[in-house]
Amino acid sequence: MSTSKRVYMDYSAGRPLDPRAIEAMLPYMESRWGNPSSLHVFGQEARQALDEARAKVSQLINAEKKESIIFTSGATESNNLAIKGVAYRYRDRGNRILTSSVEHMSVVNSCKFMTTKGFETVFLPVNQYGFVNLESLEKELTDQTILVSIVYANGEIGTLEPIKEISQITHKKNAYLHVDAAAANGQVPIDVKSEGIDLLTLSSNDMYGPKGVGALYVKEGIRIEPLLHGGGQERGLRSGTENLPGIVGFGKAAEIAQNEMQTEGERLTRLRDKLIKGLLDPIPYSFLNGHSTKRLPGNVSVRYNFVEGESILLSLDMMGVAASSGSACTAKTLEPSHVLLAIGLKHEEAHGSLMFSLGKQNVEDEVDYVIGLMPNIIKRLREMSPLTPKELKK
Amino acid sequence: MYTEKVMDHFKNPRNMGEIPDADGVGTVGNPVCGDLMTIQIKVKDNRLKDVKFKTYGCGAAIATSSMVTELARGKTLEEAMKITRANVADSLGGLPPIKMHCSNLAADALHAAIEDYYKKQKEVKK
Repeated sequence: MSTSKRVYMDYSAGRPLDPRAIEAMLPYMESRWGNPSSLHVFGQEARQALDEARAKVSQLINAEKKESIIFTSGATESNNLAIKGVAYRYRDRGNRILTSSVEHMSVVNSCKFMTTKGFETVFLPVNQYGFVNLESLEKELTDQTILVSIVYANGEIGTLEPIKEISQITHKKNAYLHVDAAAANGQVPIDVKSEGIDLLTLSSNDMYGPKGVGALYVKEGIRIEPLLHGGGQERGLRSGTENLPGIVGFGKAAEIAQNEMQTEGERLTRLRDKLIKGLLDPIPYSFLNGHSTKRLPGNVSVRYNFVEGESILLSLDMMGVAASSGSACTAKTLEPSHVLLAIGLKHEEAHGSLMFSLGKQNVEDEVDYVIGLMPNIIKRLREMSPLTPKELKK
Repeated sequence: MYTEKVMDHFKNPRNMGEIPDADGVGTVGNPVCGDLMTIQIKVKDNRLKDVKFKTYGCGAAIATSSMVTELARGKTLEEAMKITRANVADSLGGLPPIKMHCSNLAADALHAAIEDYYKKQKEVKK
């Protein structure tokens, strides 16, 4: 690294724990190690902590009662549990699952897996901003449809989906709406009642809680088949001794998010908009991915023609800046991000994309620093690129 | 992920640019796949007097392009034709496995440039 400066703008990949969450967790690793299923005082102490955490998480999303929250190992498990759990439970009603073409891979691959079990999955198209096509939803929603699974906010391009409208359409038929809110929870307010959400995936780390913990909200009256069978924890829907330190930390993080989301969201939105403007205005052939206002407060996704995303990321990393890319070259596969292709980008446009995700520790100076670096990075890479048009080479 | 050698060539690419009166030009890759490189050569007395590259692609694509120009410069055409993808990767201290196929095209571009030179020579003789 050519610099000692370090700027972390990859919050969607991983977030630090809030120190208050760590503090809340410590007793459950040091002195209160009881199992919530035990009858004795050690167990009852643990049970109480579990209940309190459940209440805090349920309040964050305005769930009708805390028992609607099932703790899991994270958003991937929650998405698997929602999709497979509903599909297996309600297969007598129908075999059709609708989802969008901009979902997290845990939704994509769960839905694809169910096609090997006699279900059919439709990936609904999105428009250039990543909004789900509501006419397609209406058209594809048949009497055979048992589940619609749509992301609350896209983690790559930040687009906030019109969940309330999606819910109204979904409920015209006998289908349930599952919403993956992993990228959105703790960033924007979510209300399962007013938005008409039947099942909701939550992630702890995305709200500055510990990794390895998440939850699935399941509306009262909806039944799902468990993925894990065993001792019957979590109302029999997720067996296995609870990860109590993690759950307590998650609960604390949910409480903090509820109290601070609005102020922090306004602060991040201001930084986000400054960063977008500063990354695009001085550089020709640069574009925003996603929508300018209906996006997550901390999400900035941009693209530059004639250059490739990973080489931009490496150049940023050399200057101490951590961001991420929709480019194939950073992923395990060679295909560019399915989300960027779904919003209609050409492969070469998707390859030139990169994402900054801002969070609690980012300050305005850091935004200015990144804005200051980008013109020279792009200029240098464009000088190397055989694709750069002649008029840009002056 | 990348070796220091790769990062060095990425930061300070050798022989980047174009040769206005190049004797041979080789282009491989495709922007759709995220990699496109062009190698230009200048030949004198059957030796590569100058080799220059331009590359659109990831860090590995840029570093391998830079490295292949260093390996090829001053070599006879026959020697340069023997430079392999593996030679380029080894000279950089290795590449991540996924980059071995997708971004390690520089040797191919060099060979294409030399073949282009041979082809042009034949046309001249005719």
